[in-house]
Amino acid sequence: MSAASSRTRRSLLLLAPLLFFLIGFFVWPLFSMMSQSVSDPAVLRLLPRSAEVLADWDRNSPPTIPMQTALMKDLKAVNDDQALGDMVRRLNSARSGFRTLMGKTTSALKETANPPVDLVSIDKRWEKPEFWLAIADALSPYTDRNLLAAVDLGRNAAGDIEHLPPDQSVNGVILMRTFWIAALVTFACVCIGFPYAIIAASLDGWKRDLMLGAVLLPLWTSLLVRTAAWFILLQEQGLINDLLRAIGLIDAPLALIFNRTGVIIAMTHVLLPFMVLPIYSVLITIPKNLMPAAASLGAHPLRAFLRVLLPLSLRGVASGALLVFISAIGYYITPALIGGPSDQMISSIIAFYATGSANWGMAGALGVVLLVATLLLYSVYARLSSDEVGGR
Amino acid sequence: MKTIFKSGVLAAAAVVLSAGLVAPVFARDLTVVSWGGNYQDAQRNIYFKPFSEKIGKPVLDEAWDGGIGVIQSKVKAGAPNWDAVQVEAEELALGCADGLYEKIDWDKMGGKDKFLDSAVNDCGVGAIVWSTAIAYDGDKLKEGPTSWADFWNVEKFPGKRSLRKGPKYTLEFALLADGVSKDEIYDVLGTEEGVARAFKKLDELKPNIVWWESGAQPLQFLASGEVAMTSAYNGRITGINRSEGKNFKVVFPGSIYAVDSWVVLKDAENKDAAQDFIAFASLPENQAKLPEFVAYGLPNKEAASKVPADFSKDLPTDSANMTDAIPLNVDFWIDNAETLTQRFNAWLAQ
Repeated sequence: MSAASSRTRRSLLLLAPLLFFLIGFFVWPLFSMMSQSVSDPAVLRLLPRSAEVLADWDRNSPPTIPMQTALMKDLKAVNDDQALGDMVRRLNSARSGFRTLMGKTTSALKETANPPVDLVSIDKRWEKPEFWLAIADALSPYTDRNLLAAVDLGRNAAGDIEHLPPDQSVNGVILMRTFWIAALVTFACVCIGFPYAIIAASLDGWKRDLMLGAVLLPLWTSLLVRTAAWFILLQEQGLINDLLRAIGLIDAPLALIFNRTGVIIAMTHVLLPFMVLPIYSVLITIPKNLMPAAASLGAHPLRAFLRVLLPLSLRGVASGALLVFISAIGYYITPALIGGPSDQMISSIIAFYATGSANWGMAGALGVVLLVATLLLYSVYARLSSDEVGGR
Repeated sequence: MKTIFKSGVLAAAAVVLSAGLVAPVFARDLTVVSWGGNYQDAQRNIYFKPFSEKIGKPVLDEAWDGGIGVIQSKVKAGAPNWDAVQVEAEELALGCADGLYEKIDWDKMGGKDKFLDSAVNDCGVGAIVWSTAIAYDGDKLKEGPTSWADFWNVEKFPGKRSLRKGPKYTLEFALLADGVSKDEIYDVLGTEEGVARAFKKLDELKPNIVWWESGAQPLQFLASGEVAMTSAYNGRITGINRSEGKNFKVVFPGSIYAVDSWVVLKDAENKDAAQDFIAFASLPENQAKLPEFVAYGLPNKEAASKVPADFSKDLPTDSANMTDAIPLNVDFWIDNAETLTQRFNAWLAQ
């Protein structure tokens, strides 16, 4: 008993670094991302009195005196600039104008010489129910507005879920585009990577080293450098266009940059190693005499490939495709530098919310949507690949 | 034997854990962050290196592309790894309201009255006055554009255009191209119809626009001939003309100018040294060296008067250049940046 438990303890101890790593770099960030997307404490934390008064408000009449007094008391009690900033950002995100309104209001409230009687005397905008509505809607500690907005939905004044107008939100379109670009890149990687891996695995000595080196060398180069290199190659007066014109194949430069073509070319090149290496590692375990054996039994080379080599190497292709696809949906730099406006992927939208407007709730919600979509695709993949094993 | 092994494992685990948990204790050198490219090269020569020599310690410099979220995440995580940062006017306003910056010690800076009014803030000291303006290659376009209407005119001036990706500047320029007078820009943009009008004007040019995000990109686009004209930061244009012998032109009428400021991140490790650095970079004799390298206007009044006439004619603060230029409306953008960016992204994706 004690020997067994000490063994368990020891193995746990050996696993501890891995567990800490998983918790610290995987579970915790994912959890905080998800909680960011639904938690909404910024306003409630600072406006407890207003929350009580606003509960009785009918949501469309002009603000009453008690509402204004409660909000003034709440705002006077705030002494944490960063918390105030969080609240204002949250409110401004729901209703543009809160930034300047709150700035004006808080500095007027600090005036002790002749204190303002009510909020409307500070700024006329406080008369408008829209601003009070934004506050009233932000008083629950949890919210679904970020998750809804991430899929182009929102709540109307009555609280029902409805589609956002198309000129305000296109996350759905961009999300579909992200998956489509990732699928195209994966397809291109399979088309190039599979034959490449077969040739590399069939060679030996320096030729194999050379082919593997040609794949590995770019992998060891920074992503940014490779993308910048493609920029130089693809541009209108770049190497590729100059060469094609010099040999007389084209008259006018091909549009290779700032469009989908450029993005696919550059991303395929960047991600190719992730396709070649898994396929290669599967291929070298396949005995080399299988193909000659098939040929000796009279199989046409194509038939031998389809019946012998392809099924045996499919595992490598599938894991390569999964690696490439999942890496591709998170791409940011390459579409930003090589792509045009209609090639921007969901990461650029996430980056705007995270770094541009500090709206981490929205960034988290888009992250959650991307994660869920990826998990769904992965479960489909896992289902398909396990069926295949069961069938055999 | 077994116990020795076990205690060895335990000790090793303890070392690994403590190394991970206890942050390494060493002082970080003063880290100054600015906008990169030839602008930061100039700053390195006239501010960073001399200051480093003066205090006898290294000064690290990094580049960034802006975004209040970047600053917020650094400050909220505690112990930010940047000290002095050059920020745009909205980042100054937003971060100051949100308590992300240290208050400026104005006595150290020599007093508020030494600076232009727009360069004085509780949380920031103006570093430059800069413009976003039309730029084109004077060698390729003999007769260049003179207004945003020309920028929109692809028949008269064939070729692609480049604009900064995002609604700020883009919407203003679209309205200018559509004939709105410079004094009414923000009134028009404050209405729903005005925003729709700006996007409608942008629709016209959309197929011809290549978007840029960092300030060095438009220079590359112009140099490679990828675009016929672009919006660009005026200082970089003059900078590349001088350093690489280009003949790029800046169109000041219709340009939008703003003040960039130095701030000190809240609770930064070297916050005192950062204030000293800002004071050093604000000294008239130091600031006056900047226009030789990049043509940005100087917020220190005495520095501005020291600039030789050769250089001062390229500055946004030069009275001839100022006449038809427009000051950026910071209040408008801190209120509307998020909504309009959503709308801009939606428009881009359509």
